[in-house]
Amino acid sequence: MTSTKLTIAMPKGRIFEEAVQMLREADYALPPEFEDSRKLIIDIEEEDLRFILAKPMDVPTYVEHGVADVGIAGKDVMLEEKRNVYEVLDLGISRCHLAVAGLPGTELDSVAPKIASKYPNVASSYFRSQGRQVEIIKLNGSIELAPMIGLADRIVDIVSTGRTLKENGLVETEKIMEITSRFIVNPVSYRVKANRIDEMVNRLEKVIEGKEVVR
Amino acid sequence: MSKPLVFEKPLGMRDTLPHLYEIKSISRTAMETIVRQWGYRFMQTPTVEYYDTVGEASATLDQQLFKLLDQEGKTLVLRPDMTAPIARVAASSLKDEPLPMRIAYAAHVFRAQEQEGGRPAEFEQFGVELIGDGTTSADAEVIALMIETLKAVGLNNFQVAVGHLGYVDALFKEILGTDQRTETLKRFLYEKNYVGYRQHVKELPLSSIDQKRLLDFLQLRGGTAGLEQAEELITSTRAYEALEELQTLRDGLAAYGVSDLVSLDLTLVSHMTYYTGVVFEGYAPELGSPISNGGRYDTLLSKFDMDTKATGFGIHLDHLIEAVHPREEKTFTHCIVYSEKQRKDAIAFCQKLRGQGETAVLQDIKGIENLDGFTEKFSNVTYYLGKEEGVSK
Repeated sequence: MTSTKLTIAMPKGRIFEEAVQMLREADYALPPEFEDSRKLIIDIEEEDLRFILAKPMDVPTYVEHGVADVGIAGKDVMLEEKRNVYEVLDLGISRCHLAVAGLPGTELDSVAPKIASKYPNVASSYFRSQGRQVEIIKLNGSIELAPMIGLADRIVDIVSTGRTLKENGLVETEKIMEITSRFIVNPVSYRVKANRIDEMVNRLEKVIEGKEVVR
Repeated sequence: MSKPLVFEKPLGMRDTLPHLYEIKSISRTAMETIVRQWGYRFMQTPTVEYYDTVGEASATLDQQLFKLLDQEGKTLVLRPDMTAPIARVAASSLKDEPLPMRIAYAAHVFRAQEQEGGRPAEFEQFGVELIGDGTTSADAEVIALMIETLKAVGLNNFQVAVGHLGYVDALFKEILGTDQRTETLKRFLYEKNYVGYRQHVKELPLSSIDQKRLLDFLQLRGGTAGLEQAEELITSTRAYEALEELQTLRDGLAAYGVSDLVSLDLTLVSHMTYYTGVVFEGYAPELGSPISNGGRYDTLLSKFDMDTKATGFGIHLDHLIEAVHPREEKTFTHCIVYSEKQRKDAIAFCQKLRGQGETAVLQDIKGIENLDGFTEKFSNVTYYLGKEEGVSK
């Protein structure tokens, strides 16, 4: 018989605590020490769940290859990675937005506008949709540095409070889109483990609806 | 870019080592036997086809095609699937054959990896095409045959999801009115973006009843989904026709005795335009991608100037083997090691063994550096050395 254990790929870092909180609200009994563990794989036998802790950008990869049945990933990551997975629920957590930012009072270079980003695909398709051709420089972090020291004219990054931009003297010039975390599912698991996944989706949906009423 | 090193292969290209080759060969033979018993005839087509014909007609995304140029500058493709080439043959060389036509294939197909490794870019596909039969009985035959073929390799724990694109198109069209709006909404399904689908539906200027119909549609999958729920959402004749087909298909599959493996899934949209009616996918629980898929493609043949309907399935042989882990049957191999003086006797003995149907390796002792290492892997070793008669180990 098929094992019913569900493997969930969780993003480490910023989204993690909110995601854990949400699962608890959906009545999944996760132990109190869950957040403090440094383990990469955590089995919760009582719930028949296995959690794997991954870099946020890698969550859709684990789910696409089927080593995780479901996962929690930001829409920013979904847009960047374009993985073959089901995007089933908008969890409404880790709200932020994707934006273009730069030094105040500066224009894009007219010959070869340069954009630095952790999201080269998102940045490229955004500027294309605006009818502008730009050159993308891929960076892995501290993107704000790029315009400050003359590596790029603009950056494309996620903005939550805007504090990092402000402290580094940058301003948002264009808003690309709102970002929230999504519940994603492997296409085979979505059918083979339909019962367990549907149950999780229903329980999470109730939590989301509850939050929307409050807001 | 650095020059490739001698051991490197292009991205996604893999070797089939003897052990795996053997397993594949056994599995393929088992599948061929079944498919032949059902009256399908095997054929081959070229590896390279024209981009403008087969490349264009295939269900594979353009960026996944391997393209090359011939001497005249025409664009060629490495075949990305077998359905389009078989459609080409059916509409040309085989066009005078009586219909329905039952064709089978076992062939390598090529799909370039867009970003990274982890999946093969060349893989073996095993499948059938049933051309010239538009009945639901043909759909049932193809699904039942796929199930029997998978079982023949030893796969027992799997599921088949069956959908119907005629239903999806008709439901969307009756609510949304235009083809363009239908396509926009269908694209969300194809891209598996249910969040976007729901948002889009909520933004459409529709009555709350129609919105609910479109949202409820997403529930028509999984173990509990039935034709009854599907019927509640529709009013148009086209949609009812699609459901009637699914009903007939269900009866057909029950008659084949395979109903327990099949579940209804109307959200299954495996391609935007290629499939026209019943579609299906096969899943093994431990595998992240489908092991097989197929469906009705009634417009493909017309691209090759033949106006007829068709359906078929394709099995991803590597995925199948990964799901089954078939064991290589240990073949009994006899080794005969000889020295020059006894060559004649050794060869005679060896020929006798092979004549009896045994597998026998003949090896001159001078060609061996490490005798123990070499003979280790054989089930039996006979020596024809010196002046004496052969002695078995």
